[in-house]
Amino acid sequence: MQVRGLRTVLGRKTIFDGVDLDIPRGKVTAVMGPSGCGKTTLLRHLTGQRRPDAGSIRIDGMDVTGLSRQALFELRERIGYLFQNSALLTDYDVFENVAFPLRQHLRLPEEIIRNIVLTKLEAVGLRGAAGLMASELSGGMMRRVALARAIIRDPMLILYDEPFVGLDPIALNQVLRLIRTLNDTLGVTSILVAHEFSAVARVADLVYLLAGGKIVAHGPPQALRDDPSPWTRQFFGGEADGPVPFQYPARDYAADLGFAADHPSAPSAAARQAAATTRAAEPRA
Amino acid sequence: MSAQLRRGIVAGIADGLARIGAHGLFLLQILAALPASLRHYRETVRQIWFTGAMSLVIIMTCGLFVGMVLGLQLYYVLSIFGGTAALGTVVSLSLYRELGPVVTALLFAGRAGTSITAEIGLMRATDQLAAMEMMAVDPIAYVAAPRFLAGIVAMPLLACVFNALGIFGAHLVGVSWLGLDNGTFWSNMTSSVDVWTDVINGVWKSVAFGAVVALIAVFQGYTTAPTSEGVAYATTRTVVFSSIVVLAIDFVMTAFLM
Repeated sequence: MQVRGLRTVLGRKTIFDGVDLDIPRGKVTAVMGPSGCGKTTLLRHLTGQRRPDAGSIRIDGMDVTGLSRQALFELRERIGYLFQNSALLTDYDVFENVAFPLRQHLRLPEEIIRNIVLTKLEAVGLRGAAGLMASELSGGMMRRVALARAIIRDPMLILYDEPFVGLDPIALNQVLRLIRTLNDTLGVTSILVAHEFSAVARVADLVYLLAGGKIVAHGPPQALRDDPSPWTRQFFGGEADGPVPFQYPARDYAADLGFAADHPSAPSAAARQAAATTRAAEPRA
Repeated sequence: MSAQLRRGIVAGIADGLARIGAHGLFLLQILAALPASLRHYRETVRQIWFTGAMSLVIIMTCGLFVGMVLGLQLYYVLSIFGGTAALGTVVSLSLYRELGPVVTALLFAGRAGTSITAEIGLMRATDQLAAMEMMAVDPIAYVAAPRFLAGIVAMPLLACVFNALGIFGAHLVGVSWLGLDNGTFWSNMTSSVDVWTDVINGVWKSVAFGAVVALIAVFQGYTTAPTSEGVAYATTRTVVFSSIVVLAIDFVMTAFLM
């Protein structure tokens, strides 16, 4: 997969300003970055859910940005996508959720569907939960059911949107192990977006750091941890302020409070004097 | 008239036309997806059960009470002119031609329409529709079209049940309670009600109302903002828009079908 010159503007905010990515086949690639930097938007671009304003995205030789809806659907049949909130169909039980893509696209005997679904559920450790409804599952179990659904048709590419959010240490380890095992045994290409570097470092072969609309660093996890650039130091060091500012962009603080003399809403000198006199005359509590 | 008021009126009209246009485009999308949705016939049957069979209690109860009220009121009015023998005729014509389709449509919008909107809206908010797109399943064909079809099928059936219970209610009041002759009640009704001009025209109306209510409900759910407030507003809009459009279409259809 190759992304070149990706540019996206939402409203007045530039999300991507010339992003280039090379995703190696058969590897786990992580895209990391601060909240709101556009990680999920990037996944939406990669799968054609949203078209960028400029740039190209090539998957297996096809430019996703120019595909028709029909061609996109054909491509998506070869892609597994794990949503941040799992996005299980709440009307169906675990078995039917995992069987859903098979029933929609293939005309298979019920026996074969059952075997495939149970195989995938066994791979994620939830064969015994096949009869449970989505509402009866914990967050980690939902994530694993969604993963079984994502791999039900043996995709060439799996995209994980924030797979570690809200998981306890046990569920986190289970998901980490699954991502690595599935990638190695199925030979798929995996892309995951996440914040948690400690988790990403255990599973990713390559990490891209996205900030300010650009890729500011990339490389193997260990190399990125030691990278001296201010972006990587702030992100991996968890510093509150730096190239990613603590404050959301705003106009001058003093002017906002009405203290700057040149601000139209600032009180006049006479009014300030009168207010000070009033405050001085008030009894202290 | 001030310029601001004029601008407000123009903006309101433009907004209304834009909404109608958006519903029209959505209807075209559903019609285009109908052949694909026929593959999901089980989902359509499930939706007919959900919107039709699950609405039976409210439709039957309301039909019975509407019929009983009609029986009482019309008996009183007709007794002034000495025409209580026409009770069966007047009640049945009122129900077949107007009250049956219209009241059923309003109840259908409140019971089934809101649940369709809330269900699809929550599917939108929880990424279930996006997940279908990512599994190369068209949500218009799998979610919207079956519910639209179900509305068209369920509404006329519900209207027939409403009419039947309404006439039964009027019979209870007029014959069993107020002492009107049973034979007079039924014979006057059967001699003056025409199947084609009265009953079938009412059925056509309820088909149209079913399509309109289902379209509005599905559209509002599908385009809702993915928030709690968004779903709440969407369900409210379903009832408000459906009620207005049903009454407006009823006037137009009545004018043409008279």
